[in-house]
Amino acid sequence: MIAPRTLFDKIWDAHAILAAPDGTTLLWIDRHLVHEGSFHAFAMLDRDARQVARPDLTFGVADHYVPSHSRALPVADPEAAGLIARLAANAARHGFDHMGMDDPRQGIVHVVGPEQGITLPGLTLVCGDSHTATHGALGALAFGIGASEVAHVLATQTLWQARPKRMRISIDGRLAAQVSAKDLILAIIARIGASGAVGFAIEFAGPAVRALSMEARMTLCNMAIEAGSRTGMIAPDDTTFAWIAGRARAPHRAAFDAAVADWRALATDPAAMFDREVRLDGASVAPMVTWGTTLDTALPVDARVPDPADAPDAASRQRMAEQLAYMDLIPGAPLAGTKIDQVFIGSCTNGRIEDLRAAAAILRGRRAAVPGRVVPGSVPIQRAAEAEGLDRVFIDSGLTWGEPGCSMCTGINGDYVAPGARCAATSNRNFAGRQGQGARTHLMSPAMAAAAAIAGALVDPRQEAHP
Amino acid sequence: MTQVAIVTGPAAVLAQANIDTDQIIPARFLRKPRAAGYNNFLFHDVRAADPAFPLGPEGNPPILIAGANFGCGSSREGAVYALTDAGVRAVIAPGFGDIFAGNASKNGLLTVALPEAEIAVLMDAARAGLPVTVDLPNQELRAGNQVFRFDIDPFRKRRLAEGLDDIGLTLAHAAEIAAFVARDRTTRPWSAPTPLLPRAG
Repeated sequence: MIAPRTLFDKIWDAHAILAAPDGTTLLWIDRHLVHEGSFHAFAMLDRDARQVARPDLTFGVADHYVPSHSRALPVADPEAAGLIARLAANAARHGFDHMGMDDPRQGIVHVVGPEQGITLPGLTLVCGDSHTATHGALGALAFGIGASEVAHVLATQTLWQARPKRMRISIDGRLAAQVSAKDLILAIIARIGASGAVGFAIEFAGPAVRALSMEARMTLCNMAIEAGSRTGMIAPDDTTFAWIAGRARAPHRAAFDAAVADWRALATDPAAMFDREVRLDGASVAPMVTWGTTLDTALPVDARVPDPADAPDAASRQRMAEQLAYMDLIPGAPLAGTKIDQVFIGSCTNGRIEDLRAAAAILRGRRAAVPGRVVPGSVPIQRAAEAEGLDRVFIDSGLTWGEPGCSMCTGINGDYVAPGARCAATSNRNFAGRQGQGARTHLMSPAMAAAAAIAGALVDPRQEAHP
Repeated sequence: MTQVAIVTGPAAVLAQANIDTDQIIPARFLRKPRAAGYNNFLFHDVRAADPAFPLGPEGNPPILIAGANFGCGSSREGAVYALTDAGVRAVIAPGFGDIFAGNASKNGLLTVALPEAEIAVLMDAARAGLPVTVDLPNQELRAGNQVFRFDIDPFRKRRLAEGLDDIGLTLAHAAEIAAFVARDRTTRPWSAPTPLLPRAG
């Protein structure tokens, strides 16, 4: 008998080519996603006159630098245009699939991978982007890497990795109405800390996770890195298999059935051990919002802005005061009611169809009090939303409807939040300057961002009327 | 790649926890070619807002002592380029973002993790102007009469000490990789992506 193993262990073991004496392992990589920002790695390949070892396992998607405005016009920013063209040129030269700005599959790399069936259970998948953990929602071992590692994967289709420890985060019960996977992951990070999972691979488990849709599972895994873990994963189940069936790059017909049989065996064995276990009651999770510039500053939206006077020590008191100064918040004031200047709905965290539906359900027939931008995660999501009339809901409410890409999450493509402006955002990072120099970001769910747009302030979506 | 052995000199202190890579280098600079140098981008916006910020584009101490979870967030290797181009050769902190630490090791930037209490002692020493020595071969950190041992993966240590080319090292294992791929084709036949235009039959 093989010793009981976790989902993580099973995938790791199946990809271990060899191990150094200290345990550092050379892993086979099944899928490598690259984007415009991967140009540093291609430059490293060129410098050493190396080729892409497995173009059939390499997929290029333009997302970080693409404008979210009209696709009919040339890209106005010459440097961005240059990087978008460079990805296309590298794809043509090395012969890998490229989903550029005019491709009907284009979108944010972490939306496109699962959507196209590129991401599958049991695979190893890497990308030069820290939100690669998103793909773990399908039961893949997926993690973000830096440019030197991207170059290594391009040249060898392998990666040297130290084996992380294993953490299981079990969510009991069920999430309450108006509480989403975004609230759950913010509550988890608030509980374990922004570095609480450094050195761990997280498996999300428990009935509340099993009850989540694939879109919601992707939101959950997406932000594993914000707790410090490079990878978050969920054991594949019937929800996963049904979602994958029929996707372009996934196995079809008999091959699919054979794959599902193997994928069912990936789930963590009942007796397998984790290095750390965390439990949360799903029913206790409230709609969450961040008040500061680190991810551990999430609080229930009906809470008050914390007071540095209550901090446990001088260092955290000072840090809290700095964050409150940057965010221009008053200690002790209710979070709900904080006036906002704009909203952003989109990103690899919350740019999928369910997210757009959740936001549209709140905005339908109502007017936004502040400007806002809605950016779908991919062209297929954009088309699906338009077929359902969601674009009209957003436009009629006064928000703008963009073209797919990372947009205002990353502050790269020209979609910035103005200095000092306060943005209710469905993205993943509230870091100082993340959405633009001096931008003040409050992270929340799509429903909360939509409700905030109508009120022009942070609000509790549980108190919003529904059509 | 740069070889790292012993780094000695004054140390700058950034005591706050969770300094993310967006702070170290704002995203808008990541589009710049590597050859142009990244030192001007180091903490660009933080410096603009704080004239007393201890690091600049040049003339920096070789060692940085930082708060917990240094380099968390985005995987941008530009954060490491900005530090090394500005002359920083070692960062000491209670802990690091995993991806940042990996990126650092591939660019000759030594990262040393030590308990909070020892970091506090080192910060005091650095603020008092004492030079700090990071001795990689002996896995030792020295400041004044204080000596602290540190742990490092043997693999990472060897790569830093010898300046190894990872890709070259891996390609030396081509036979093992080929054997894995041959074996894997039979054990996980579904792992190959379905071609976009399946051939008939």
